[in-house]
Amino acid sequence: MVAFSLPKNSQITEGKTYALPPAKPGEQRKVKRFRVYRWNQEDGQNPRIDTYEVDMNDCGPMVLDALIKIKNEIDPTLTFRRSCREGICGSCAMNIDGGNTLACTKACDDIEGDVKIYPLPHMAVVRDLVPDLTNFYAQYASIEPWMKTQSPAPTRERKQSPEERAKLDGLYECILCACCSTSCPSYWWNSDRYLGPAILLQAYRWIADSRDEMTGERLDNLEDPFRLYRCHTIMNCAQTCPKGLNPAKAIAEIKKLMVERRG
Amino acid sequence: MSKTVKSMRTPLGRVRGLGSAKEGVQHWWLQRVTAVALVPLMLLLACAIIKLAGSDHTALAETFQNPFFAIIVLLAVLAAFWHLKLGAQVIIEDYIHSEGAKVATLLAVTFAIYLVGGIAAISVLKLFFGA
Repeated sequence: MVAFSLPKNSQITEGKTYALPPAKPGEQRKVKRFRVYRWNQEDGQNPRIDTYEVDMNDCGPMVLDALIKIKNEIDPTLTFRRSCREGICGSCAMNIDGGNTLACTKACDDIEGDVKIYPLPHMAVVRDLVPDLTNFYAQYASIEPWMKTQSPAPTRERKQSPEERAKLDGLYECILCACCSTSCPSYWWNSDRYLGPAILLQAYRWIADSRDEMTGERLDNLEDPFRLYRCHTIMNCAQTCPKGLNPAKAIAEIKKLMVERRG
Repeated sequence: MSKTVKSMRTPLGRVRGLGSAKEGVQHWWLQRVTAVALVPLMLLLACAIIKLAGSDHTALAETFQNPFFAIIVLLAVLAAFWHLKLGAQVIIEDYIHSEGAKVATLLAVTFAIYLVGGIAAISVLKLFFGA
């Protein structure tokens, strides 16, 4: 059965509070509190929420800026993934203020009250804000995300009309941050068999590519009660996508093609 | 981590698993077909219920003698219980993961739905044939 409550060793406790030192005379501060999920495999403790006070007058605007400041200046043990800091690598995907998004493109000012930061939901945690994405990446590999053709390779580039290219808009922008898949209840319950919105959007990116010649085989590979049809159009994916994409629509297009090819 | 530690199989091997079942379209399509059919059928049924509210058994039995009325109710019963079966199946598959419990629940729920649906259909036919 699906587990609706956390096991005992996963229940979250209140952790440490790292308060700012007293303000110097005349110092203007804009204090924001960051409540961050902490867990590591080594200490045998339950996960906890640590609270960090950050002076936003002395910090960049984004949540990632604050996390980096905390790690650099307050608590070097805080662990998270980050790389490009401009919304194109997808590394810093996490659950901020109750929604999955990229820490680098989420402004602290857009969040009222304390900033609550958790790892992506319903994933095994490696440490702190770092989820285990092994299964997610294996699912990506399973859809064979590269161009596959039967025709002999051309001597020049593979041609595509502007209209055909336009069909990839809204698909090619996906950075595989996993925000959508980990916001999907269907993916929470069945991620062992359901591919989830991110991977299905990527699968459709190759189905929709006019240069690819294995469309039928790609559909064959998806035609499954679990791989594709666990999508119940919940739409959390489209709601949460930090790139403004609509995975639910891509999945609907796949379902349409499944019907279309029957008759 | 627990899930990934237990098996030595590669992550891709686990994901590829038993392969795709090459089905699911029919189930998805029928769920939509029955849903579309239920829109006019349920509207007609609701109108009939409002119209018949308060009438006695004789008047009700007479209405069911009308073949148009009887076929509408029969189709509504068929579509509703078929739709219910398809939907219940999805819910069970979503939430029950152990294979044994899943099959047992699917069987029990399917039988129960067909039993109640059968009773409803027979009731319509009984009134239609005036037995």
